[in-house]
Amino acid sequence: MSDFPDTWRKPPFIRNTPLRRGLWIAILAYVVFTMATLPIDWDRVSAGMGRAARIFSGAFPPSFARADLLIDGFMESLKIALLATVAGVALSIPIAFCAARNIAPLPVYYLGRATIIIARSFHPVIVAIIFVKAVGFGPFAGVLTLTVYSIGFVAKLLAERIEEIDFGQVEAMRAAGAPFFSTLIYAIAPQILARQVGLSIYQLDSNLRASAVVGLVGAGGIGATLANAFGRYDYDFALAITMVIVGVILVSEAISGVIREKLA
Amino acid sequence: MLKIEKLVKRYNGGDPVLKDLDLEVGGQEVVSIIGSSGAGKSTLLRCINRLVEPTSGTITLNGTDLTKLKKSELRLARRRIGMVFQSFNLVDRLTVMENVQSGRLGYISTWAALTRRYPKSDIRRAYELMERVGIAHYANKRADELSGGERQRVGVVRALMQQPEILLADEPTASLDPKTSEQIMALLRDLANELELPVIINIHNVTEAKQYTDRIVGMRYGRIIFDDVPDALDAAAMDDIYAGVPAEDRAAQGAAA
Amino acid sequence: MNSPATLDQWSRFTPKQRLKRYGVLLATLLVVAWALQSINVIWEWVWDSPAQMADLFGRMVPPDPQNLPSIMQAMWETVNIATIATLFAVIISLPVAYIAARNTTPNVVTLWIGRFILVSSRSVNTIIWALLFVAIFGPGIIAGIVAIMFRSIGFMGKLLGEAIEEIDTRPVEALQASGASRFKVVLYAIVPQVMPTFFAVSILRWDINLRESTVLGLVGAGGIGIILQGAIDTFNWPEVSMILLAILAFVILGEVVSMYLRKRIL
Repeated sequence: MSDFPDTWRKPPFIRNTPLRRGLWIAILAYVVFTMATLPIDWDRVSAGMGRAARIFSGAFPPSFARADLLIDGFMESLKIALLATVAGVALSIPIAFCAARNIAPLPVYYLGRATIIIARSFHPVIVAIIFVKAVGFGPFAGVLTLTVYSIGFVAKLLAERIEEIDFGQVEAMRAAGAPFFSTLIYAIAPQILARQVGLSIYQLDSNLRASAVVGLVGAGGIGATLANAFGRYDYDFALAITMVIVGVILVSEAISGVIREKLA
Repeated sequence: MLKIEKLVKRYNGGDPVLKDLDLEVGGQEVVSIIGSSGAGKSTLLRCINRLVEPTSGTITLNGTDLTKLKKSELRLARRRIGMVFQSFNLVDRLTVMENVQSGRLGYISTWAALTRRYPKSDIRRAYELMERVGIAHYANKRADELSGGERQRVGVVRALMQQPEILLADEPTASLDPKTSEQIMALLRDLANELELPVIINIHNVTEAKQYTDRIVGMRYGRIIFDDVPDALDAAAMDDIYAGVPAEDRAAQGAAA
Repeated sequence: MNSPATLDQWSRFTPKQRLKRYGVLLATLLVVAWALQSINVIWEWVWDSPAQMADLFGRMVPPDPQNLPSIMQAMWETVNIATIATLFAVIISLPVAYIAARNTTPNVVTLWIGRFILVSSRSVNTIIWALLFVAIFGPGIIAGIVAIMFRSIGFMGKLLGEAIEEIDTRPVEALQASGASRFKVVLYAIVPQVMPTFFAVSILRWDINLRESTVLGLVGAGGIGIILQGAIDTFNWPEVSMILLAILAFVILGEVVSMYLRKRIL
């Protein structure tokens, strides 16, 4: 009975042995090299620990003394998020139709896709900096930034949804001689409307989150309040703001989750 | 030798599912447990290796009282009890060999388990058993690429890798088609003989129970009401085991008590 | 042709449904109107903004490739920040996911510790983490790596924890029945089941981190953002547009790479 093999190795994920070993070595070399060249200045880090201790001791207990400032900042963030969502969703609809391969002619399709890719690729903070330079500090730059941010997300998913629609309905309308816009409203809109509403609510939630961040570079809202507090070493106020941001994000996430569940 | 005495199982203070149950299984006999759903067959089997905690009573396997064991002792004891499941319970994304070797996890070092460097003797035994049940050529396949019958064979080999002193099979054929199901039953019977191992099989199919097992235990509402050779299972006994509805039965017991 | 008078009218919704729809629409309009009239903007600037933007755009073309070598080097640094941070975050998120999943966590206390780590990491944006770590470590790549790492742990830990909660528990039971220790059960019955999610989440987060690491420099935490900030501060708009093009190319490249990895591994 001893003629059974007594060795077994798990078949490797990459069967080609030189390739597998080469990849491992390359990965290892990359990690070791980048880690080794990290400019860690231990003196600075140990000094930083002292600063961290100062920041944290300065932050406790959080101060809600200037609650009015906090509330103002917050309301501004909410307005920015609302307006950006409305504008972003409104703009996303035509862009999504342009970027849907089954609806748009090829040149329009490329234009639509390019718009979406550009809107998606830039982090809102970068977009915000450019807008702040172009239109000045304040909530308007924030609205513009988050509008672009919304387009990148809503238009992309909406275009994907449009590409998945049942095209038979469109053909039926065309066969009945319906003009272009009637076809849009009767054959395509019903198929994408539910998704659109869900996306808008989700986007409102993520715009609210993002508005806290773009404010850091001058685009208004609670982020600006936070940046000011941090800049003036008011760490106790900064902690209060951060805590409120976290709380509001959790609440808005829960609300948007409930609404989307009900719609679905 | 497995000896169960006065076993009681009650879930969360409800009515007992097992009521003062006694059972003895030994040697290399193949025992089937039959009974309608809810009779407590599965609970009985799971009490033996304490996947379900018994409420009271004792279960002794070759001198060890399983019900008294602490956590680490229980692990050692569980190595001696093989179990085969209705839905095979394989790890789909692992290879057949890894699934088979997972029966040895209680024995091998963590390092060996992590690196898949299994002891030579374990690998030889795995190939031997897989050859015996006809799946050796699948060693490097992923478990989810196999058919139902083949998957259950992997399940059986995994249990046997433990070198168990007893094999428990919980509806091992319920997810299989009739032909495959008979093959698995024949396999369990033959293996019990070859490895001199007692086997307890929960089973719904009475024909298979009669054909492939040496002894039939009939359960009804937590009690054993029949325990004899297959030939003794006549129509009257069958009626006793399967007829009636739970409410009537409970009412009757209540009146008697 | 002469249908009864009552049947020549049709509407899609019952009056109640219609009322509800109009109500939601009206409420939305009111909220938007409120936001518009109370928001603190200078409307002259708003009307002027198209001209301003056209002006800025005009200054940006053509992009100036003069500083391309230093831009590329900053890009490489940015990739390193994203990759190293993802790597560490992956390693740390595993135990966090383990204690934050209801079915594997040792006890209630660890469950809440896990949940707390996830929520606090997720709710604070990368940039805010970066602000904090720049204050601690000083400006530079380290603050960036740690900031990205802190944000990623929550994201990956949450998704991995959910994957752990959704596993098939039957193999777990089978291995427990064979007398395997807790760690070995995790190794053989849980790890293989969450492996696909693990890779998918790591690749996804790497892709996100590439984008996030482009802005770290704006708060002083290393990468391309530092050069961008410098170019903006000196009104060197042709270089700004060159950097933006480089970021665009690099993010798209990252997306292509992660798509390829997803296809190969999953």
